[in-house]
Amino acid sequence: MAIGSEHPLHGRRKRSNLMLGAVLGGFVALVFAITIVKMANGVSMEAFDHTVRYSIEPKTEAGQ
Amino acid sequence: MSDVTVNDYGHDAQFDDYFALLKPRVMSLVVFTAAVGLLVAPVGVNPVIGFASILFIALGAGASGALNMWWDADIDAVMKRTVKRPVPDGRVTPKNAMILGLWLSVLAVGMLALTANFFAAGLLAFTIFFYAVVYTMFLKRSTPQNIVIGGAAGAFPPMVGWAVATGGVSVESVMMFALIFVWTPPHFWALSLFMNDDYSKAGVPMLTVTHGTRVTRNNILGYTVLLALVAIGTAFTSIGGPVYLAVALVLNGMFLRGAFALWRRQDAAAEADKYAAERKFFRLSLVYLFAHFAALLVDAALRGFAFMPQLPVIF
Repeated sequence: MAIGSEHPLHGRRKRSNLMLGAVLGGFVALVFAITIVKMANGVSMEAFDHTVRYSIEPKTEAGQ
Repeated sequence: MSDVTVNDYGHDAQFDDYFALLKPRVMSLVVFTAAVGLLVAPVGVNPVIGFASILFIALGAGASGALNMWWDADIDAVMKRTVKRPVPDGRVTPKNAMILGLWLSVLAVGMLALTANFFAAGLLAFTIFFYAVVYTMFLKRSTPQNIVIGGAAGAFPPMVGWAVATGGVSVESVMMFALIFVWTPPHFWALSLFMNDDYSKAGVPMLTVTHGTRVTRNNILGYTVLLALVAIGTAFTSIGGPVYLAVALVLNGMFLRGAFALWRRQDAAAEADKYAAERKFFRLSLVYLFAHFAALLVDAALRGFAFMPQLPVIF
């Protein structure tokens, strides 16, 4: 039997790696799609950051 | 004969082996019921958000499946139905199953919180905890009520789907929960009637093992009567409709007849025809659940049309 650099094991691993790559790629695409939808719907990108931000305070009668 | 199971972990674990840890068949049921919960809710959800939410709910269910296979590898190795699962078969190490389960749980809950809302994510986290810890680690091996209480884990997905849309709980989502919750005991006990040997060999205290088949048959009938009340009651909530009511009346009639037939049977008769009635009842139970949720979906789709008669909303 000839000595080959490819063992059947390598083929199986390659298939597994490709599948995992596809899953990760799909996850990235999904997070991107969610981000676009959230931003298009006007979700605030600002959040609490250890200092008072009037722009993210809930609006009150007096503050309008 | 030896009682020692030797696992050879020399096999190189493949993608499919890890995927099998997530119990794809259970996941497909979770996808379906969670999607129905989301789609019948009175609040519209953006399709991308809805799709992603269902995916993360399914991932959470898969994660709890992996944790279950990690913890139950010793039981699975003894039962004919489960001996080919990746961990007892030696294709994945128990430790790797645990790691996959834990990380996917964190990922699923975290992503659902970001995609939908914190309430839905909290409910999903509780579902995973309930299935992997309460059911798998405590109930399954200790009480014949294991599947009654454990059935709650399988009943949460439509509630999570509803919470993705509405951000809360209401009578409609509780009724969908109750439908699966009360359906689970007759479904599993019918299975255990003809799989009894497996469970007794593995030392799992199924009702058939601890209290015998007579008590099991009585309980199947009792829960089926209760189930009929829940299923038909759901028709008179805001998610019910004429299609659902028609499906519920027909299928509950058939299910009650099947349960009554099982109740009247003696074990000798069951063994004589190789548990034909029990197998038929089990198959019917699968159709039963699928048809009820599909009917809810059909009614939700038809609700806007003027020609559809509306049922009174009592609950």
